[in-house]
Amino acid sequence: MNNTIVNESRRRFLQGSAGLTLAVYLAPPAQAAAGKTAPRSFEPNAFLRIGSDNSVTVISKHLEMGQGTYTGLATIVAEELDAAWSQVRVEGAPADAKRYNNLFFGPFQGTGGSTAMANSWQQLRQAGASARAMLVRAAARKWKVPEGEIQVADGVLSHPPSRRKAPFGELAVAASTEAVPETISLKDPGDFKLVGRRAPRKDAADKITGRARFTQDVQLPDMQVALVAHPPRFGAKVKGFDPAPALAIAGVTEVVAIPNGVAVLARDTWSALRGRDALQVEWDESAAFRLGSGEILERYRQLARKPGKPARSEGNISSALYSANQVLEASFDFPYLAHAAMEPMDCVVHVTPEGCEIWNGCQSQTQDQMKAAALLGLKPEQVRIHTLYAGGSFGRRANTQSDYVLEAASIAKASRHKGPIKLVWTREDDLRAGYFRPLFHHRLTAGLDAQGRPTAWHQRLVGQSIMAGSAFAAGIKNGIDPVSVEGAANLPYAIPNLQVELHTPEDIAVPVLWWRSVGSTHTAYAVEAFLDELAQAAGQDPVAYRLALLGDTHPRHAGVLRLAAEKAGWGSPLPPGPAGSRRGRGVALHESFNTYVAEVAEVTIGADGGLKVDRVVCAVDCGIAINPDNIRAQVEGSVAFALTAALHGAITLKDGVVEQSNFHDYRLLPIGDMPRVEVHIVASGEPPTGIGEPAVPPLAPAVANAIAAATGKRLYSLPFDTTRLTA
Amino acid sequence: MPTLTLNGAITRIDADPDTPLLWVLRDQLHLTGAKYACGMALCGACTVLLDGTPVRACTTPLSVAEGKQLTTIEHMAKDPVGKVVQAAWQELDVAQCGYCQSGQIVAATALLKSNHRPSDADIDAALGGNLCRCGTYARIRAAIHLAARNLTGARS
Repeated sequence: MNNTIVNESRRRFLQGSAGLTLAVYLAPPAQAAAGKTAPRSFEPNAFLRIGSDNSVTVISKHLEMGQGTYTGLATIVAEELDAAWSQVRVEGAPADAKRYNNLFFGPFQGTGGSTAMANSWQQLRQAGASARAMLVRAAARKWKVPEGEIQVADGVLSHPPSRRKAPFGELAVAASTEAVPETISLKDPGDFKLVGRRAPRKDAADKITGRARFTQDVQLPDMQVALVAHPPRFGAKVKGFDPAPALAIAGVTEVVAIPNGVAVLARDTWSALRGRDALQVEWDESAAFRLGSGEILERYRQLARKPGKPARSEGNISSALYSANQVLEASFDFPYLAHAAMEPMDCVVHVTPEGCEIWNGCQSQTQDQMKAAALLGLKPEQVRIHTLYAGGSFGRRANTQSDYVLEAASIAKASRHKGPIKLVWTREDDLRAGYFRPLFHHRLTAGLDAQGRPTAWHQRLVGQSIMAGSAFAAGIKNGIDPVSVEGAANLPYAIPNLQVELHTPEDIAVPVLWWRSVGSTHTAYAVEAFLDELAQAAGQDPVAYRLALLGDTHPRHAGVLRLAAEKAGWGSPLPPGPAGSRRGRGVALHESFNTYVAEVAEVTIGADGGLKVDRVVCAVDCGIAINPDNIRAQVEGSVAFALTAALHGAITLKDGVVEQSNFHDYRLLPIGDMPRVEVHIVASGEPPTGIGEPAVPPLAPAVANAIAAATGKRLYSLPFDTTRLTA
Repeated sequence: MPTLTLNGAITRIDADPDTPLLWVLRDQLHLTGAKYACGMALCGACTVLLDGTPVRACTTPLSVAEGKQLTTIEHMAKDPVGKVVQAAWQELDVAQCGYCQSGQIVAATALLKSNHRPSDADIDAALGGNLCRCGTYARIRAAIHLAARNLTGARS
């Protein structure tokens, strides 16, 4: 953790229920406080504002992109504040890495890695508790009664002996003159009223009425809309273009070259779309990347035959394999994947002599602020970011190069238009202009002893680095990008001779990025599908086999595995399917971002070979469950997201050109293919961890293992080739 | 100049009749509830009702709506079925990112007007073209069943 101390003199040691923790007083954002000589609201810290109108506004440093973060963060604050849930609302924080630092990334404001709850838990409990203490002090002063006699519940302070009562709003101004308390105590978890219960989502009303404001919806006076003709291949450049056909379209105002293409500006989106269609661009493809997915994969297969850089090395893998009773080998292929959030990338910028204002579903404020400032020759603080709701992201909007934000800023820089500009990507841009989950190849070899226990495990991974060239590049140690090997290098199973190696090709010019659950999107599949094969070779039950290898050193892994197996009726026969069909049940287990998930999938293979995933039983251990209903929602959604990838997900290149363009060839799961999902949450007193991503990784291997149980066929390549499943 | 009934009000629209309804609604009338997500009628995020039938606004030209009743998510709270659907959506906290949800709610409302007790298969058929990347499908299904029960209760 790397806390930035804003005001050294106000640093406080706070005695929390979870032990002595260093907390940092963070002043409210300057712009919120500016110009208010007579405050009508109480802004005890950077995360909270209580209005004299009785509103409690929680300032979210994290992006709401569907994962429920606004609701979760507000729950933490409201819990310690003893606010009424109905009076709480949430707004996005401005870009300010000092105040809104992600404590796990910092000093850096950003959302990702399922960190929102984990890094905010203590911070926001303290923010809520210290505000409560100041309200109590103000009430005690006003009523001339001891603080200890004041009670707080549902946004109302009361003094039972004198029957005095006041809602928060009545004391907000008075509380703002109280000193920030030096010590506060946090609630005993047994006294929680909101945490662990269902607090309805704070964004629900906006999202059922069409009122929720996404970047795509921003309308500003004198705003123009821009579309960009992107190069057909990565690394190509503009050679020349004829703006005349585009300018001939009514509504088109300007055509400008920018570093990565040609932008068409227009008074409205439809004109900009037609203008870009009419535009003729000649590309210089002399330095363009021209490999196809098959050629990349073939190179990776060759590389996997050679030793890579060690990510983990224990025992002696060669001698263990030599002396093994049985040796198994398998290799796995994973394609590029697009995030394909429903809201394609978009960004509104307004560059003025004073600075730059950005409206964006911003997932990486510090990154975007620094990069935009550098491009425009501004100081970072001159770049103001309004973080709006994002229509999904799945990692795409946490772009390491701020790609679409810089594209918007580049257009503003090149254009003569001085008003705001809204950059809009079409679905085709979104699928073709890059930043994909990297293509990966894994090669695994394992040795079993006479009892079927694995004595050797050798895994080689080949794939591009996401962190290389990013602000997180310092995380690469000894040539190992940790997000390439997460989920493999930290294999929880006790195997005495264990080697994990990585090859990181640097000559593949396809832009890559984190995609919901990052490295675990491929490592969990390779590990859990291969382990299932080992259990089968050993003639052992897949759940019992895993539990034996976990031993007593991984209780949380074992806990979710046992729970999922029990709830799924593991070991009991599956009810038969329709005539001629085959049914199977499979399990997978994976930890990511310190959250533990086991999933049991039940599948039916029809007489025609058609695959149906009927039921997925999930067990989750994410520490204290802040909002169990949101945890269930995230797990349900993760199953759909992961199943989409398993059944349909592939971005493929041919001669360097992306072959997919829209939802007809980059298919998403439709409602009719959604399995029944059951979610069981482990009761835990551990600090909360994330849930936006961790239920994704186990799904595909659980389904593959169920398919193997039904058909005897193992699937080594994603997306699944279901034509192989006919009997 | 095409004239249609938009959310109950007769509206004259100053736009080329070939312009897709989606861009008329969003850029000209600033009704931004219907979303752009594919532009090819592949995902349903732009679903609106034309004389009560769900259509994809991204590929429906303004000329097709001439003289018809056009209803968008912004009008659902005033629709006796739409408001029950919205309430069920909120009760079950269906929405995650929310971007596709206007289209889902409009499509669900149209379904419940023609089918008072839809089966799972009916829902799959009616909403099969309304994609949700967040995967809120289990709750969409549950919310439609809940709304159907609440509407039946209101009718009897």
